[in-house]
Amino acid sequence: MKKFKLGKNMKDNIITYGIVIIAYVIMQILVSTGHVSSLMQGLLVPLCVYVILAVSLNLTVGILGELSLGHAGFMCVGAFAGAFFSKCMKNVITFGLLRFVLAILIGALAAGIIGFLIGMPVLRLRGDYLAIVTLAFGEIIKNVINVLYIGKDSRGLHFSTKDSLSLGLEPEGDVIINGAQGITGTPKDSTFTIGVILIILTLIIVLNLIHSRDGRAIMSIRDNLIAAESIGINITKYKLMAFSISAALAGVAGVLYSHNLNSLMATPKNFGYNMSIMILVFVVLGGIGNIRGSIISAVVLTLLPELLRGLSNYRMLIYSIVLIVMMLFNWSPKLIDLRKRYSLKRLLKRTREVQ
Amino acid sequence: MSFISYLINGISLGSVYAIIALGYTMVYGIAKMLNFAHGDVIMVGGFTIFFAVSMQGLPTFAGVLLAVVLCTLLGITIEYIAYRPLRQAASSLAVLITAIGVSYFLQNIALLIFGANTKAFTSVVTIPAVKLANDQIIISGETIVTIISCIIIMIGLSLFINRTKAGQAMLAVSEDKGAAQLMGINVNGTISLTFAIGSALAAIAGMLLCSAYPSLTPYTGSMPGIKAFVAAVFGGIGSIPGALIGGIVLGIIEILGKAYISSQMADAIVFMVLIVVLLVKPTGILGRKIQEKV
Repeated sequence: MKKFKLGKNMKDNIITYGIVIIAYVIMQILVSTGHVSSLMQGLLVPLCVYVILAVSLNLTVGILGELSLGHAGFMCVGAFAGAFFSKCMKNVITFGLLRFVLAILIGALAAGIIGFLIGMPVLRLRGDYLAIVTLAFGEIIKNVINVLYIGKDSRGLHFSTKDSLSLGLEPEGDVIINGAQGITGTPKDSTFTIGVILIILTLIIVLNLIHSRDGRAIMSIRDNLIAAESIGINITKYKLMAFSISAALAGVAGVLYSHNLNSLMATPKNFGYNMSIMILVFVVLGGIGNIRGSIISAVVLTLLPELLRGLSNYRMLIYSIVLIVMMLFNWSPKLIDLRKRYSLKRLLKRTREVQ
Repeated sequence: MSFISYLINGISLGSVYAIIALGYTMVYGIAKMLNFAHGDVIMVGGFTIFFAVSMQGLPTFAGVLLAVVLCTLLGITIEYIAYRPLRQAASSLAVLITAIGVSYFLQNIALLIFGANTKAFTSVVTIPAVKLANDQIIISGETIVTIISCIIIMIGLSLFINRTKAGQAMLAVSEDKGAAQLMGINVNGTISLTFAIGSALAAIAGMLLCSAYPSLTPYTGSMPGIKAFVAAVFGGIGSIPGALIGGIVLGIIEILGKAYISSQMADAIVFMVLIVVLLVKPTGILGRKIQEKV
């Protein structure tokens, strides 16, 4: 009989999956017994979106060790590619789930390809320079989508960067992407259940990558680039691998996001650098390189402003203070020392009492 | 002729970027951190002037002075409370996120005090516009003041850094913190001084920016902040002449891009140029290449 033994990694992963599944079950029970306000229910899909984004950005920031401030750009690509496909195929594929799965695949593919293309030149840069270039790319993607007009009629697709009239559509033609107005009338396919399934798929991809041979190669680049290079690790290949997978997963989050909205627009608020920074906050606060931490902090930080809603105007102020205090508490060497000392004292006390 | 007006407008906008970028670049050079809250210090400066001059009726000079003093104190306080405890932190990302927290904090304080609606900022510049070439080129008073302030600040700052002891201490700290400390330089004091200068410059930038583009919201500072950050990287982050060149080039590209290509794509063009420059010269125009040792 084959001996079945769980490794440390495996156990760790199972705990992570377990947390997600248990949270899902609890949430479903609460929803079905009517304990969740409609406002909270509206937050469930965005919550899944943020969790996927945080986990995927952690792949770049935590595992590859490169700072990216353009994650919202990849999400934007995924969102528009997915929504574009869904809107085109609305009457062709009437089975919602199949269309949505295809849209997710297309969104992931589009974001992954863009990630690969951007990563190829950009990953030569290091540190803060890489950060600013990814930020720049995120803004460019948003800007380009804002001037993009695509229409469809019997002759096929028409593109323009001026306005919807210059598409030259036939009267029965349909404007699909309407510049700054974006895409309206995307089928609302996203549900909480699909969101959670996507979270689990993301986790499977990321966790398996981390604990594979490729993942170890990626982490060796993070820990010491020169040492990794000297033992024959193909730096470019592994950097690109991590970066494009991260981008593709952000694309998945984008598709989920776009199919939750009636009208999808690329505004600074949802796809600008502010969004990228927000995702980065999730990752850093949850612990760089810690996947489970990303999930928890994404959930907590998304819910925090909503839970503080009673404080109306003060909620974002409190959010920012919490953020600063948490960062100081988690990272300040002095405070870390302090925490260690106090916990040690406690430990010593306890052992003395036992004796 | 319109090309020349655009060019002058570009230089004017670029001068503002350059003044803001100085704050980024000095702080980066010394503390090795991206101070994301810098853009919001600009906003605080703008609101202080708005409050003092438009709401309380103080003379312009007093308002500007008040803004400079307040922003300087703010810069020192932010550094002391939020950044100093994290200077030895294991990850440089920690202080970046704290800076983002500070940025949110300042924005929301302004939101609570002044509300979200846009305030009309009365220009503090009273110099009349200069008309050249049969009124075909009009240079506004704001433009003149901006460009002159930028020149004065640049000259003053390079004199300060190269001729004074405190300036030399700043150079030493940016070169090697440990060695500077061994030479008896007060590292903490020098870093505070850097934040003070950067924030004072941000207050001036706030005044110039709001005079040229007279609208004020709690988010006024964030986009110019990001652009100036791009300018600092563009010129080579950590380099003071680099900030000037980066700022001016960026301003010109933005205005010309808006005028001749597409107003919606202007930002994209700016960022595109940045990417091309960084791909050709990965440490910016005037950045030094640091050899990595094993």
